[in-house]
Amino acid sequence: MRLAAVDARAVELGLVPGLTLADARVRTPDLLVADHDPLADADFLQRLADGCCRYTPLVAVRGADGLVLDITGCAHLFGGEAPLARDIFARLARRKLAARCAIAGTPDAAFALARHGRQGAVPPGQEAHAVRGLPLRALGAAPEIVTALNRAGLKTIADLAARPRAPLAARFGDDLLGRLDRTLGRIDIRITPHRAAPSCIVERCFPEPIARSEDFEAALDMLLGKAVRTLEERHEGGRIFEASFFRTDGRVRYIVVETGRPSRDCKSLMRLYREKLDSLADPLDPGFGFDLIRLAILHSESLDPAQQSLDGRQVDDEEITALVERLSARFGRDRVLRYAPQDTHDPQREATLRPAVEAQVETASWREPLADDPPARPLHLFEPPQPIETLAEVPDGPPLKFRWRRVMHEIARAEGPERIAPEWWRTDAATRDYYRVEDAAGHRFWVFRDGLYGRDTERPRWFMHGLFA
Amino acid sequence: MNAQRDALAALKQRLLPHGQDGARAAFFSTGVPELDGPLGGGLPLGALHEVYARAPADSAAASGFALALAIRGAGKKPLLWVRQDFADGEAGRLHAPGLVELGRDPASLVLVRARDASGVLRAGLEALRCGALGAVGLDLWGEPGLLDLTASRRFALAAAASGVPAIMVRIAAKPQPSAALTRWSVAAAPSRPLLANAPGAPSFSIRLLRHRAGLEARDWHVEWDRDRCSFREGSPRPEGSTLSRPVVPLPAHRPFAAGQTGDLRRAG
Repeated sequence: MRLAAVDARAVELGLVPGLTLADARVRTPDLLVADHDPLADADFLQRLADGCCRYTPLVAVRGADGLVLDITGCAHLFGGEAPLARDIFARLARRKLAARCAIAGTPDAAFALARHGRQGAVPPGQEAHAVRGLPLRALGAAPEIVTALNRAGLKTIADLAARPRAPLAARFGDDLLGRLDRTLGRIDIRITPHRAAPSCIVERCFPEPIARSEDFEAALDMLLGKAVRTLEERHEGGRIFEASFFRTDGRVRYIVVETGRPSRDCKSLMRLYREKLDSLADPLDPGFGFDLIRLAILHSESLDPAQQSLDGRQVDDEEITALVERLSARFGRDRVLRYAPQDTHDPQREATLRPAVEAQVETASWREPLADDPPARPLHLFEPPQPIETLAEVPDGPPLKFRWRRVMHEIARAEGPERIAPEWWRTDAATRDYYRVEDAAGHRFWVFRDGLYGRDTERPRWFMHGLFA
Repeated sequence: MNAQRDALAALKQRLLPHGQDGARAAFFSTGVPELDGPLGGGLPLGALHEVYARAPADSAAASGFALALAIRGAGKKPLLWVRQDFADGEAGRLHAPGLVELGRDPASLVLVRARDASGVLRAGLEALRCGALGAVGLDLWGEPGLLDLTASRRFALAAAASGVPAIMVRIAAKPQPSAALTRWSVAAAPSRPLLANAPGAPSFSIRLLRHRAGLEARDWHVEWDRDRCSFREGSPRPEGSTLSRPVVPLPAHRPFAAGQTGDLRRAG
């Protein structure tokens, strides 16, 4: 076992990552160790990244212990770059986290400086000068490349920058030169944020954290009003809204509501949010309070101002859409459903259930029953089919009686078989012979024999698949 | 402009009482005169109706009867059905092609799946307040303690306010006092056989357990006619095959169907 990471005190004692635990224990008998849990670390970093969304929507996780924030155009909201960095430090210190921070024109330069150089902000255009003295490790290239360059006598970034480029590219590949250019500030790249930047964000900072539900509902209401005005200007309506509640201790809680059609009706959106907040399985816990609430519109669609028709039909439709939205917000979108037909004969896949808030696209149509025919499909379907014991006159005929759930049913009427074979590309299922049967008491069942007698199996099994009304 | 608005408001004022009276007096007929007659023209729209399965095995019959009632009551308007997860496991889930076979387009049905009885009641009550729906159905399994007189009264009031019929299906439950306007007990009944002794149209043996107007308990036997989307009178006793054949004269003191059970014809 080796040390994976050490804190500042341990460094003072001469312990470094990579040292075996036995050695470390010998040097420092009262050493405190904890198991290395990379997944928990990654999860924590992810949460830190969420918390850093208060500074800018563009936050990316880099490596196992780095965050890159694109603060272009955001710094002035916090009084400039240095105050922003101070705010980050203050918040991290409250959670007893040590951090290093550098601000530079390109993410790579900032990253190299934060890890290996001077902290603080680099004036625009001065990246090349600032990173000159850094060791080659700061480039973040593969260790063997760094070793090879070191052996060749190249120790710092300045050494490498002074060499002709063509031989370097031939020997070490384009990647190294790309890293060098980005670190020197010659090329800039965008970071890939860990959460996509939404099309519209409104937020409200509180000088004092708020913790009462009336307060943050009022704040949310105000934010919705602001977002709706933006949407109006764009002639758009939002479909997915996300409210982020930033706690003072850095935790962020996201609450998403979805509407069935583009909407910019502040009142109904607020009602959806109330439903959602009331029905959360683990309620919104303000802890010591929220100091920032943000509302983002994750998905919007064009919505032109429309005049309502006079016949009231549209009003009815809207009422039902609003009802579906309310129920979805309260019970979850996978609980309020609509049926969609599928182009198959397999009874289990004939109908699928889709969330009712989604737009419905019809790709197939329902099988039209013939006039004057009794129902050919049951009203209730068992999934999976339930095994039954049957007694039949002949092996490939309908059953005479069957036992289901420990009750014997004498069959009085039967019709069938209706042979339903799986599609030819499905080899895992057998052909089924379905019978509609009615027992002496008048219960109607849909039973099937799995596999054809004599062809697929010698002892076919029977299943109960559905109940007719 | 102002004059127009005033005229419109006055017109609305004049129509308002009619509309409300209309909603209160609105009935939907079952399509069977023998059933509608004693009920006074059919079942009221804005009211709670309870459908009990006579035995747990009659769950599909009770659901089918309730859906048929909802289809009659809803007309062209959409349906909302709330179903308890537990019922899906016990009685199978609602199968959309089976709905088509009852004469209803599944596209106009919203299905809400609730985890427990309280979810069913909450979702049902919320839906019942929406006047744009044609009918609200609730499938409840067992006897949840939540469903007391107060809860059912709440349903009855919500239905009366919106004019939407609420149809509550109770499976594995004993009829209890409630604020329902009508209470039915439904069992599957032998269908009128078709050619080659095939099972026929859905048929139900229904019993009116309670009616707010004080009607006495009565039994009917009805079938569901999908093509007309209407009930029709069913045959009270199971007949033999519809094909003509020689029959043995029956002794007067024996029931008609005694010699008929076990008579099987090969189908298909």
